[in-house]
Amino acid sequence: MTLPTSTLDLYWLPEAVEFSTAVTALRAAAAKGADGNADAGAAAGTARMLANQRLDFLQTRTLDRAVQGLPDAAWGAELTLAVLGTGTLEHLLPAIRVAGLRRGLRVRCWQAPYGQWRQQILDPAADLHRQRPDVILLAVDPAELLPDLPLSATAEEADTALAARAEEMVGLWRTARERTGAVILQQLMPLAEPPAFGHFERLVPAAPGALAARLDEALVRAAARERVLLLDLGRSLAEIGRRSVGDARLWHHAKQAISPAAAPWYGEQVGRVLASLRGLSRKVLVLDLDNTLWGGVIGDDGLGGIVLGQGSAAGEAFVAFQRHLRQLSRRGVILAVSSKNSPAVAEAVFREHPDMVLTRSDIAAFEANWEDKPAALRRIARDLELGIDSLVFFDDNPVERDLMRRSLPAVAVPEVPDAPELYGQTLADAGYFEPVAFTADDAGRTRQYQANAERRQGQAAATDMDSFLRDLDMVLAVEPVTPVTLARVTQLINKTNQFNLTTRRYTEPEVRDLRDSPDVLTFAARLKDRFGDNGIIAVVIGRRVEDGRTLDLDSWLMSCRVLGRGVEQALLSVVAASAARRGVERLVGHYRPTARNGMVRDFYPGLGFTALPASAEDQGWSLDLRTAVLPQPRHFTLALSV
Amino acid sequence: MTEQQIYDGLTAILRDVFDDDGLVARPELSARDVPGWDSFNHINVIVAAELRFGVKFKASELDGLHTLGDFARLIARRKAAA
Repeated sequence: MTLPTSTLDLYWLPEAVEFSTAVTALRAAAAKGADGNADAGAAAGTARMLANQRLDFLQTRTLDRAVQGLPDAAWGAELTLAVLGTGTLEHLLPAIRVAGLRRGLRVRCWQAPYGQWRQQILDPAADLHRQRPDVILLAVDPAELLPDLPLSATAEEADTALAARAEEMVGLWRTARERTGAVILQQLMPLAEPPAFGHFERLVPAAPGALAARLDEALVRAAARERVLLLDLGRSLAEIGRRSVGDARLWHHAKQAISPAAAPWYGEQVGRVLASLRGLSRKVLVLDLDNTLWGGVIGDDGLGGIVLGQGSAAGEAFVAFQRHLRQLSRRGVILAVSSKNSPAVAEAVFREHPDMVLTRSDIAAFEANWEDKPAALRRIARDLELGIDSLVFFDDNPVERDLMRRSLPAVAVPEVPDAPELYGQTLADAGYFEPVAFTADDAGRTRQYQANAERRQGQAAATDMDSFLRDLDMVLAVEPVTPVTLARVTQLINKTNQFNLTTRRYTEPEVRDLRDSPDVLTFAARLKDRFGDNGIIAVVIGRRVEDGRTLDLDSWLMSCRVLGRGVEQALLSVVAASAARRGVERLVGHYRPTARNGMVRDFYPGLGFTALPASAEDQGWSLDLRTAVLPQPRHFTLALSV
Repeated sequence: MTEQQIYDGLTAILRDVFDDDGLVARPELSARDVPGWDSFNHINVIVAAELRFGVKFKASELDGLHTLGDFARLIARRKAAA
């Protein structure tokens, strides 16, 4: 059930009238007011009036920009807010400032660099501590805080792990408060991932839904004790969802908590639990491959051509779907494959594609051939010694779905939205695999995970930068650009603006030419950590000049999402070692300033390079590999083929 | 919805997002032609179009956009399907 967007509107505010005219007038007044005359007060009044209308997100942004020039005296009160958290948050700041304006409060916002909320608190030299924030908003996604446990973990193990996580958070609150004196505002947000267990989710101690709910409770108790404030979005969102199945009008009128219109949905929820009690839940999920587990057709597009992994929104969506499937498999749902493909080609993707989440051993029955799919499903049921009515068939192709429904009506065949980002949610919503128990047997397929989790249970929570980085379990894999990574590397080259020393853009054929050139060394770095695979995050391209004694660094760029982890130092040591093995004696780097790449102005000197004669558009830096002492990478496991 | 209506709507969106009343949506216009059209404002354009035209785009459709003409055709397809 989708919510109408209007539920998130500020519907109690009057509609905006004549917005653009008013903003133009406001800009003019603000420009005059900046000189300090009496127009400032009038402009502030207009601004506040506009902020008290119902604005959409672009109008909110426009108003926010228009009032930037108003002098401080025009405002009633002011406050500095530091926003730290998960993912991109920049787009939310104008609306925070406008909500302040609505109340006569000037909010000065500062945001932590992408993904660095822990580092900013733990590192005493971090920018956060210079900002003197009055309030620190911790907008952290719960998925980032959950302990990494096998689904078979006991309630006691889950308790211990959760207590450690809550304790870590309390430690961060205290550190932040001691160093800044700020009020801490902790955001609570529901998990975004669909539950693998349906209504049973919270009865499994280590299921993400259960862990998230318990972590919420623990944080709420700790917040009360620590005098930390809450931004309880979970509660607000539950209310909005609650209103979509029945509102106050129905209750007052007919004492119906749930609307007649929502009855089919409600009945379905009850029905799946009842059916599960009688053993009627499905047991096997039979998956198509092309355009179901990855985008494109492996037989036509090849390993480098299918869409899977970081680098495109669709590629990430397929990875997220595979994660959901792996979670289903770990909780005992049997996965099978039915694909019209040659078996060798289909299996190669599982073995060789670096972004596959599912492995071949996750698939209990693998039917890759050119026969019709109903025959394949009959064999799958026979091989697994299960009834045909325990199968669910998930295929993006409507023709195959139709054929399956006609030939084998006992198989459940859900409609599949033609957007991979909705696949996992669709399976979760359909509730085919609703359980009423979860046993060690169900979890038995998860052995690979358990060693990991046991190792981690002994570890203390991170209390300083060093232990934080160590606990990340980072693996940096560096290899030359390959046909499989070519598309992602090209994309990174063309989209990275900030951490990019030369901002040279290359097309895919140009990158291929560089890779094939004997004078050029290419490095593509992939970073994994305990939260998952970040994909390719850095690219270095070097050209051997002066008889190969110098490696001229044509390009050096990195995704900002991995800043603050020492990746750049580690990568330098890899590049230097690889170059030195080829007889290179000197690295030459370049900084070419743009409007966006100020953050790397001091990148090379920070790594020990010395300055070469410069021009306005190119500062050269040199490092003599025969004498330089490069620090060994710490906190990284290196996997190198360069 | 006519093509003209779509381009008029896109013009209004571009002017709002990039704060430039001189912008006019044309089929051959691409992110390279507009100062400030980075990945951040790209999302703003897309979300504003979803709200204005009452449509929702798929992740895979957004990967394939190169010019405003691509985007206008996508919107027209969506409106026709709705």
